[in-house]
Amino acid sequence: MTSRSIVVVSAGLSQPSSTRLLADRLAVATVEDLRGRGATSDVQVIELRDHARDLVDHLLTGFPSPKLRAAIDHVLGADALIAVTPIFNASYSGLFKLFFDVLERDSLSGLPVLIGATGGTARHSLALDHAVRPLFAYLNAGVVPTAVYAASSDWGQDTAAEPALADRIDRAARELAGAVITHDPRDRADPFASPTPFEDLLRTVREG
Amino acid sequence: MQFGVFTVGDVTTDPTTGRTVSEGDRIASMVALALKAEEVGLDVFASGEHHNPPFVPSSPTTLLGYIAARTERIILSTSTTLITTNDPVKIAEDYAMLQHLAGGRVDLMMGRGNTGPVYPWFGQDIRNGILLAVENYALLHRLWRENVVDWEGKFRTPLTGFTSTPRPLDGVPPFVWHGSIRSPEIAEQAAYYGDGFFHNNIFWPPEHVQRMVSLYRRRFEHYGHGPADHAIVGLGGQVFMRADSQAAVREFRPYFDHAPVYGGGPSLEDYMEQTPLTVGSPQQVIDRTLGFREFVGDYQRQLFLIDHAGLPLKVVLEQLDMLGELVVPVLRREFEAMRAPGVPDAPTHASLLAARSAVPADDRAPLRLPVR
Repeated sequence: MTSRSIVVVSAGLSQPSSTRLLADRLAVATVEDLRGRGATSDVQVIELRDHARDLVDHLLTGFPSPKLRAAIDHVLGADALIAVTPIFNASYSGLFKLFFDVLERDSLSGLPVLIGATGGTARHSLALDHAVRPLFAYLNAGVVPTAVYAASSDWGQDTAAEPALADRIDRAARELAGAVITHDPRDRADPFASPTPFEDLLRTVREG
Repeated sequence: MQFGVFTVGDVTTDPTTGRTVSEGDRIASMVALALKAEEVGLDVFASGEHHNPPFVPSSPTTLLGYIAARTERIILSTSTTLITTNDPVKIAEDYAMLQHLAGGRVDLMMGRGNTGPVYPWFGQDIRNGILLAVENYALLHRLWRENVVDWEGKFRTPLTGFTSTPRPLDGVPPFVWHGSIRSPEIAEQAAYYGDGFFHNNIFWPPEHVQRMVSLYRRRFEHYGHGPADHAIVGLGGQVFMRADSQAAVREFRPYFDHAPVYGGGPSLEDYMEQTPLTVGSPQQVIDRTLGFREFVGDYQRQLFLIDHAGLPLKVVLEQLDMLGELVVPVLRREFEAMRAPGVPDAPTHASLLAARSAVPADDRAPLRLPVR
């Protein structure tokens, strides 16, 4: 079996950021879990901050710079995506959304995705399920049930009231690894390699 | 190889003076552009078609008919004719009429348009864009080739016993290009009919243009119109020149920074690196344009966009002078020297008529028509 490609998209702004910290933990846990299932994997990290200007340019011009093209191609070729954003004003950050706004339609269709978010306090945790999850649902991605939110305090001591961050990370990674294993490689038919024959287009018009 | 200019007919405020020309002045400047293009020896003038401000050319055949009366030699074309929202019957009639008045100096480039509301304004739905292009062109193709047409389709009221008049000049329909930036279906359509394919590559990286053109070439051969490298390809281009390249950059930068299409986005330098936009000396334009051949192969038509973003008419006409004197003669010579043997020129009325006359009437193959 070939190595599975796990692509991490992190929209953290500071360097280092807690968003990247969470993204890395999710990636390591997923790689470990896959290894436990006998599958090897490799991880590519895309820091959106490095592409911020190119993302705006793409939005305005309609095409990506070569550097951004390479990042997008990583996502298109991925077997799994880990997408992590800081929560700003009750939702994903604008930078995070920009990246998913410039992807071609159906780019993420059927792709196993693990979503994560960071924020100052736990009060924003539901933004994952109210804002981030619907975005990926719209894109037809296969989002795993557990989404991982890390508040600043999660990086400290566990509390009895909720499972520790490490446990949530492990559970989410397990779900993502399971999805990767059972996932059929996505059908990525290249419309330029095999175009719809023109007779079929004419037939569509004729038969409605 | 044909060289020409294409205009979108935008009324854009000149960012260096704050002046905005009137619609009347803009229309007059499009005419001036066409007349000057002929005067400096270019082969093609093409006008866009738009139905919303700040664009003026909503009625291309009126504009082109007027230009036809004031020119002798230049081919009049479109960039593009909206095959989605125009009635194909009206396109057949209008352009056949223009073809007669212009003595055959007419071809068309079909496009779907990129302004969403134009579809509902003309009673259509943008989600049907590709299918409208397919059906409307299939009808247009027949109207120019069959004297009496019975037709029923999805989008237009049926026709029984309809004859589109005037019939195409000498029985030869205008040559058609299909323009598309990113839809493989349109490259496929151009290939199916053996028509030309135009990529307006001015906003696009070369890899993308190459992908579209090579699909068209491959499918042109598949449909039996000839070898892939004999397919008829046209490209856009966008230039601003001064004798001194630094002066060109200095003068063009405010227009670039404020142009509706890319203002506020990448720097002029990044944009020039990533797309065919060339701002510099005539020699730089020559080198860059010759380079297009490396990623699309020998091609037949090169159109330049030079009159947008609020550039004053005087400056635009200076650009045409440079194109005519310094750039196009060299491009003609160099492209000709590099061209592989057997690669055809873009069809013209004269060449299509000659090709038709070469075959005795009784032996003419039945016209290739879309299946019904």
